Amino acid sequence: MRRGWFLPIAAALGFSFLYAPIVSLVIFSFNESRLVTVWSGFSTKWYGELFRDPQMLGAAWLSLQIAAIAATIALVLGTLAAVALVRFRRFKGRTLFSGMVSAPLVMPDVITGLSLLLLFVAMEGFLGWPRGRGMLTIVIAHATFCTAYVCVVVQSRLSDFDRSLEEAAMDLGASPVRTFFDITLPIIAPALVSGWLLGFTLSLDDLVIASFVSGPGSSTLPMVIFSKVRLGVSPDVNALATIIIGLVATGVLIATIIQLRSKPKKAKA
Amino acid sequence: MTATHTPTIPPPRRLKPWNAVERSLAKVGISGRMLVLAAPVLWLLVFFLIPLAVVFGISLATKQFGRPPYSPLLTTEEGTVQLTLHLNNYIRLFTDNLYIAAYLSSIRIAFIATVITLFVGYPMAYAIARAPDRWRNILLMLVILPFFTSFLLRVYALTGFMRGNGVINQFLGLFGVEPLVMMQTDFAVYVGIVYTYLPFMILPLYTTLVKLDVSLFEASADLGARPLRTFLSVTLPLSLPGIIAGSMLVFIPAIGEYVIPSLLGGPETLMIGRVLWDEFFTAANWPRAAAVAVAMLLAVVVPIMLLQRAQSAVVER
Amino acid sequence: MAKKSTQLAIDTRPWRDTANNKPFVRIKNVTKKFGDVLAVHDVSLDIYRSELFCLLGGSGSGKSTLLRMLAGFEQPTSGTIEIDGQDMTEVPPYNRPVNMMFQSYALFPHMSVEQNIAYGLKRDNLPKAEINDRVAELLSLVKLQDYGRRKPHQLSGGQRQRVALARALAKRPKLLLLDEPLGALDKKLREETQFELVKIQESLGVTFIVVTHDQEEAMTLATRIGVMNLGEIAMVGEPTDIYEFPNSRFVAGFIGSANMVEGIVTEDEPGHVRIRSSELGCDIYVGHGVDCAPEQILWWAIRPEKMSLSREKPVTPHDANVTSGIVEEIAYLGDISLYQVALESGKRIRVSQTNSVRGNPDAITWDEKVYVTWSDSSGSVLTV
Repeated sequence: MRRGWFLPIAAALGFSFLYAPIVSLVIFSFNESRLVTVWSGFSTKWYGELFRDPQMLGAAWLSLQIAAIAATIALVLGTLAAVALVRFRRFKGRTLFSGMVSAPLVMPDVITGLSLLLLFVAMEGFLGWPRGRGMLTIVIAHATFCTAYVCVVVQSRLSDFDRSLEEAAMDLGASPVRTFFDITLPIIAPALVSGWLLGFTLSLDDLVIASFVSGPGSSTLPMVIFSKVRLGVSPDVNALATIIIGLVATGVLIATIIQLRSKPKKAKA
Repeated sequence: MTATHTPTIPPPRRLKPWNAVERSLAKVGISGRMLVLAAPVLWLLVFFLIPLAVVFGISLATKQFGRPPYSPLLTTEEGTVQLTLHLNNYIRLFTDNLYIAAYLSSIRIAFIATVITLFVGYPMAYAIARAPDRWRNILLMLVILPFFTSFLLRVYALTGFMRGNGVINQFLGLFGVEPLVMMQTDFAVYVGIVYTYLPFMILPLYTTLVKLDVSLFEASADLGARPLRTFLSVTLPLSLPGIIAGSMLVFIPAIGEYVIPSLLGGPETLMIGRVLWDEFFTAANWPRAAAVAVAMLLAVVVPIMLLQRAQSAVVER
Repeated sequence: MAKKSTQLAIDTRPWRDTANNKPFVRIKNVTKKFGDVLAVHDVSLDIYRSELFCLLGGSGSGKSTLLRMLAGFEQPTSGTIEIDGQDMTEVPPYNRPVNMMFQSYALFPHMSVEQNIAYGLKRDNLPKAEINDRVAELLSLVKLQDYGRRKPHQLSGGQRQRVALARALAKRPKLLLLDEPLGALDKKLREETQFELVKIQESLGVTFIVVTHDQEEAMTLATRIGVMNLGEIAMVGEPTDIYEFPNSRFVAGFIGSANMVEGIVTEDEPGHVRIRSSELGCDIYVGHGVDCAPEQILWWAIRPEKMSLSREKPVTPHDANVTSGIVEEIAYLGDISLYQVALESGKRIRVSQTNSVRGNPDAITWDEKVYVTWSDSSGSVLTV
């Protein structure tokens, strides 16, 4: 097919739209002036300010902890759910189950947040647990919606998994559980890693749900950023954004390189 | 290897501990399947399905002072259990213009933004799908990368871009153009939604487009169709599942969006997510917020079902 | 093709003497349903020690399902499977003395060739030294000594196939199941590998059950073939039986190519049968008795190479077994030429002739009128 000019130009414009605001944000994080839009000279002072802000640092640490725990719980639950959905062709309530797994993907955050908060309050009233709201409730909330994402990632990997590999292992004397650990798990490992990373990032990113289910003294990083940003532009948020973008870009770059290296080159028969 | 090899009976197997565990569980009627299902089913039941029921329940309560700040549905009075349901929250939703306006304007904003996202995303997805193999993964990574950087920070980046003395207006100023007012308008909200949800549109579109066999286009061209004709009669219909999936992935969360209208929109930008937030955090009226949530759920039920069907079509192809 | 034409002693063919030989694998009345779909219907089959038995059939014939039931991946809906006198119907795959070579090979992608081969041995908790010895032995058996440390994706298709074979043989199974073992190889490699497979099977003496859709492959490999159709066994027999003495129209048509005509019995004697066929335009004289009745309608099948062509009408006994027609098509295949002859009834039959004369200028050509003839023992009379 002949390649026209339309597609490349449209793509170039689209990508500039995606990246221009981010690039300008990074540039102005090195601006001397407090005004983030007028360039007045290179400076790294906002980075220094950022690292001297105990509220910001505390929130960042809390968010990292929450993200790690929530992603881990979601990894286990999401993998189990994916195994059930791909491997168990028919069981009672399959439709309900698959709906429950995938609905959190698109459920508006405000609904998820409100519903979980109301549940926690009701549970505290009836059961006395969870006592108050804070890190624990945020972890539960995040694990719930991250489970959906992990499940999608693992599901797609499992569904193009060659079942005869597992049959071969069993044929050679491995019990079903042994087969899972010897064969299935190593082969779906890349999906598990990306599922965990996805969950971690999404948890780190969430503002709305955390705002509903957090309690006093447990402000996550997005909550702190939001309260600052609401009051207008602040250059230390630019600095923070630059750090996060740098970390993410490096992470994605490393992951891509690893994936490209480990990708089996197709042998010629 | 010697040529004479008589088949030998394999040595007796040691009883594997797992087999024993499996067998004893099977005796009490617990299969491996149930063990796999138990944890996710219980978790999602307790932390996803039941909460939605709780929201519905509390939407039928009324605000009162105390902890929790709503009237109990069940009360015991002299040994009899009484169920008290209040419909006033729903009546309010239907009679107060604020709610109706917010509801309609959310749907309108989400719809318009979804259409714009589709028009921006489709050519990009198509360009990536048709790009040479080497480029494809890099371009795809460039689409996904912003998704991994904070959503909040991306919206924030837009404010720096669009404000009165922002990058765009400074750029226009070089040509002597008067500064445009972009922030705190519906326009800014559209830009915000398109900007942050673009990857959700591009990925499912890309997935369907990349699977289309090039020979389909060649066949169409061979049969005398011009490129535009080929696009309209071959490419577009075949990518429909991707279009639906992508559109729903943008539309559904956009309806309930809170961050974008509150950072980019003006005070008159009404969106249902924002109303719910204010009802909860500012007015502290939990039952009313719950009623708003129920109404919002109704708005997204049909799109969610559409999405489910489209997604299974995207996966199967 | 008989595998060992020099050793036709009766003891190499235990299935010919069922009174004195015990079958090694006994499939008794096995039926398998998937929901409402009947995949395998009431199959009974005896397979003897050291046989190389081929299950031959098209897709959906139930051959793979039968194989998977032998391996233990599927449970029969009814019926039993015995291996070496033990009932295996309920035994899970990991406890069966049976190994399988998969169509896709199913090599574990994250393990090296050695680890793949050793996997089954490790499950038996054999001592390390023994495992290493056995792996080395198998690698040399399949001529892959230098490839032990490679990963499956670094091997060619033929090498992968041999690793899969070695892995399946590693545990010295009593019975080896092979699902389309040569299906993924290209034609030339397939032919070489066929003979290698037979050699390995003979040297190890393991019983092989091979599933294939390729009749040439089945003919080359098998001691006996079981032809499957619609979940049932249509015929079991040695390759020559299957080809020369098909028991039904299905088998005659499925294996090789055959001309088939309908006819009516006019003479039914103990020593011969006469069949009138209006399709063929002549009588068919069959030089042996057939279990049929006068006036019965039946079918007669004959292979293209069992007929001959001539310009002059040949003299035949019994005023039968000769018909005439016009040459419509000729396919020159090098060693033979295939003629399509249109008979007066409109029926078309195929006759093959060996091209024994180089560039024969006198060969029968298009639009010639020809006579087609055959001997009274060349065709098969089929009642089903």
